[in-house]
Order: sequence, then C-alpha cells, then structure tokens
Amino acid sequence: MNILVCVKQVPDTTEIKIDPVTNTLIRKGVPSIVNPFDGYAVEAAARIKDRHPDTKIVVLSMGPDQAKAALRDCLAIAADKAYLVSDRAFGGSDTLATSYIISETIKKVEALEGKFDLIFCGKQAIDGDTAQVGPEIAEHLDLPQVTYGLEAQVNGSQVQVKKEVEDGFEILAAQMPCLVTFTKPAWEPRYSTIKRRLAANHADIPTLTAADLPSIDLTRAGLKGSPTKVKGTFVPQKKTGGQMIQGDTSADSAKKLFAALNGAGVI
Amino acid sequence: MNVKTKDLWVFVETSQDGGAKNVGIELLTPGKMLAGKQGEQLAAVVIGNHVEKAVQEANAHGADKIYVVEGEEYAHYTTDAYTIAMVALVEKYGPTSLLIGATGNGRDLGPRVSSRLHTGLTADCTALDIDGESGNVAWTRPAFGGNLMATILCPDNRPQIGTVRPGVFKKSPETQPGAEIIREEIHVSQDQIRTQVLEVIREMAGNQVDLEGAQIIVSGGRGVGGPEGFAPIRALAEALGGTVGASRAAVDAGWIPHAHQVGQTGKTVAPKVYIACGISGAIQHIAGMSGSDVIVAINKDPNAPIFDVADYGVVGNLFEVIPVLVEEIKKAR
Repeated sequence: MNILVCVKQVPDTTEIKIDPVTNTLIRKGVPSIVNPFDGYAVEAAARIKDRHPDTKIVVLSMGPDQAKAALRDCLAIAADKAYLVSDRAFGGSDTLATSYIISETIKKVEALEGKFDLIFCGKQAIDGDTAQVGPEIAEHLDLPQVTYGLEAQVNGSQVQVKKEVEDGFEILAAQMPCLVTFTKPAWEPRYSTIKRRLAANHADIPTLTAADLPSIDLTRAGLKGSPTKVKGTFVPQKKTGGQMIQGDTSADSAKKLFAALNGAGVI
Repeated sequence: MNVKTKDLWVFVETSQDGGAKNVGIELLTPGKMLAGKQGEQLAAVVIGNHVEKAVQEANAHGADKIYVVEGEEYAHYTTDAYTIAMVALVEKYGPTSLLIGATGNGRDLGPRVSSRLHTGLTADCTALDIDGESGNVAWTRPAFGGNLMATILCPDNRPQIGTVRPGVFKKSPETQPGAEIIREEIHVSQDQIRTQVLEVIREMAGNQVDLEGAQIIVSGGRGVGGPEGFAPIRALAEALGGTVGASRAAVDAGWIPHAHQVGQTGKTVAPKVYIACGISGAIQHIAGMSGSDVIVAINKDPNAPIFDVADYGVVGNLFEVIPVLVEEIKKAR
C-alpha cells in the first residue's frame, strides 16, 4: 500500500490577535503548526499502516522552505518520506492553481515513489477554510473522492470510509486509487517517539521546483493562473450597543435578564 | 466557458423526502437581488429523484426559471453523478453565476464542478453583492478563523461560483409561482459513479442535534466544568424549546459529543436566540454563531470576548443564574 498525505503549514489561528490601533491581524509571533485536519489525515494513514505494515506513507506540502518544519512533524508521527514543492512562480495561487500544481507534483512524486493507492488530505486548512483543494486535486487527477471522512479502512482493492453527514454517518466504498479528505474524529494524532523525532529532524526532504515538473503549464499557476482575485480584506466589525445586566445577586441578575428578554419579545 | 444566457443560478439541494433544503430557498433571496442589479433572470437548479416538492418551493420563492434533472441515479447524492449533471447543464446554458449552499454536499460538489469548468470558486460566503466597478459578483467570506473578512472577485472566468453558508440569508415571503420549468434528460451510468453508499447511519431521533435548523440554542463551554455541568444548560434549552450547543473546549474535554459543537470546526448557526453559558468567546466560536439574531452571554469573567458580540450580557456564575432564569421562564408560561 502506498499512501500520500497532503499537508499545509498554517498559522495557529487560535493565537491570532487583532491590533487594536491599526485594526489588522497581528501575525508576528504566531506559531506555525501542521493544519489540524491534515494531522487527522496523517493519523488515518498511520492506522491503515498499523493493519497493513507494508504500507508506505509519503507526505507532500506546498509552501516556502519553512514548511519543512511541518513535514518533519509528520515524519515524526508516522510518515516515511516527505517532499516539499516550492517555487516563486507558484506565489499568489488560489485554490484552483494550487490544486493544479499539487496534482502535477503528485505525478512527479509517483514517478519516484510508485503509484499512490490513496491520497489523503485534511477537509480544509484553518487559515483559508475553503475545503476546495482536496476535491480539486481529485478532479485534476480524475480520481473518485470522499469528503468529511472520519475513519478509513482498506478492504482488498477498495477503501471504505466512514463519512460525517448532517444527520449521522455514511459508509462509502470506492475503488482505489481514491482521494479522501478528513474531518475531526474522536481521537487526536498519535505522539511521536523520541527516536522518530530525532530521525525526522535529520531526514532529507527533497524540494521540487517548477523545473522538476516537466508537464506543468505555468500559465495555470501563481497569481496569473488563478481565476479568483482578492479585491480587499477587512476586520469584521464588533457589535455595539450590547446591554450588560448587573443585579445585586446572581438570582437578581437572572430576574433582570428574564425581564429584559421578555420585555424585548426575545423569549 | 462562454456566457450563453444572462441567468444567475442557485442550486437547490434536495433532502431525502424530495423537498428543498432550507439553504437552497434562502439563496433565492440574494440571487434575486444580484440578478436584479445586473438585469439577469434568476434560475433554480433542482437535481434528484421525485423532486416536485423542491420545484414547487423554488417556484414560490422567486425563481424565474427552474432547471430540473431527475433520475434514480440522483436519489442519493454522489459526487460523480451530481458533478456530471451540473457541468452538463452549465455547458448547455452558460449562466453568468452559480450559488451553492455550503452544506456538506455543497462543499463536496462546488470544487469538483468549478475545477472541471476551469473557473473560480469562493467558499463559505457570508455576504454577496455586485462589485460596482466591474459588475462581477463580490463574494465576501471569513478567513483566518473569522479574524479577517475577504472580498473575492472572479473577473475573467464564467460562471462565477460560490458556496454560501446556511442561515446567512432569510427566505423571501411566498409569491405567486410563475417560473418557466425546463426538464433536462441527463443520465449517468452506474460505472460513472465511482463511490458506493454501503450504509447510512442516521442518529436516533432523540440523539439528533439539529443545530442548523434550531430557533433557540443554549450552549455550554469550559465554564460548565464537566459533563454534569450541562444539566442546567439542558434545563434552560428544554424550558425554551431549544437545542443544546457547545464550544470546542467542552467537546475536546469529552463532556458532550462533537455533533453539538458550534464554531469553525463545528456547525455554523444562526438561530433567533443564542445563549452562550460559560463560553469565553474564542474567535472560532464567534465565527460559528455571530449571525444569530440575539446573543445572550452568561460568564463569570467580565473581560470575556463573548461580551463583545452579546446583545445581553450577565457577569455571574452560570450555576446560580440559570436555575433562576429557568424558574422565571416557567412562571411566565
């Protein structure tokens, strides 16, 4: 079994603060982490490897050289091999351009590591939150997709995925090769061992550039290859005019709250 | 792809009973506004099996045209069948824009359709307008966990596609139906559908958590202190006929299942009343509930950011405040 997991290095959005003076994001000092949903995808691959020990797990990230830190985290947890794809020509790519570049990179990595039976992604990255890149990679590679996966199992030539839906779960099956995106399951990714962490710190992570991807059409990459353009950004307005209710005791506050809500016709 | 008809399309997703999911009908409201500004017609797209109910709903809420694709292969949503049908429709009629509800299926379908058509997609929009300078749809969406809003345009590719969050727009009042109904025969063979549904596990009615459809939500966070701390939250929800929600902190601690989670990694909700109890108000939580009509916050910490978005705030111990509030509600009934 050969599994590829696509991962993204993201700023930890729980640590992002707004500058009260300039009203802009403060990115300085915000730690970079492996996108949490991609971590669940790595763990899902590791669980398949637990059952099928001859499985190879390859991780791939697109981004600047610093993104190798995220790849090392994945190597420390479960991955066997990591690749980074990075090129100035890729800067400013939207999801369509990004997914195209990654799909071209996957073809190159397959030439080096063998065909992938499964491609796993997080359902979305916590900085962009689009949930588009996974399905778009599947489209570029003409693969079936299952989104919102919680668990995946391999059964002969099929993958079976437990998928989260609005009113419960579905079990879906697809012939491999197949792309699966993962949401948050009931568990966290496993911890790395010290031995794996040390090995990951010293692992050789090849960087692929546009020059390594002979079939890539650079008019479909970067800002120019992106159909969507950012017109502008702004910080959402805070609500004003909220009413603070303060009684002498908690019971008093509760009664005043009820009176306010009832008076306003809210309840 | 070239524009062939000056139409703006809304995908009206159907549920198992053949009716429309709420978000599809909701999107006819901004669809009408956007189409009106551009002198376009509003068309609904309904795909499924036995979907007359959804067609009638779209017809009663402002659609000028309704494209209907029916067949047994569409009875249960599959990525492949729905993508083939939607792409075939778009290629035949060439609309300017396509709005899709950001449900699980909508977010599965949108990127597949947009990449097959080599056009742009903006995900999870919370505001829509026409960009005055260019006449493109201006898609506004949250990023960085709701810390930042971005407005996106798709200037050179058609159709412009976006997914839009449920609960952001309200259904328009019913009007006299008068849509032109266009039935298309598009069929997909079994071997073109590469995923197979082996099993559907519906949560038991008692365990179902319909946060997205709830009118009143009472949520608990870290401040409830443990699984038993949800007892007053449940009592308040019950007294109000509401649904129980939770913050990520409470779910991660294992006090309540993930199905109850409101926020970036949970559900996005927009009820009439949202009561946050013992929730500090991390930006990820606020991103999932700030569309609520009225927000009430009960928290011990007067500096909790939840008070920044609250219409009514009480600084106090939720275990003392809520039982009295429940008594007052019961007395008033």
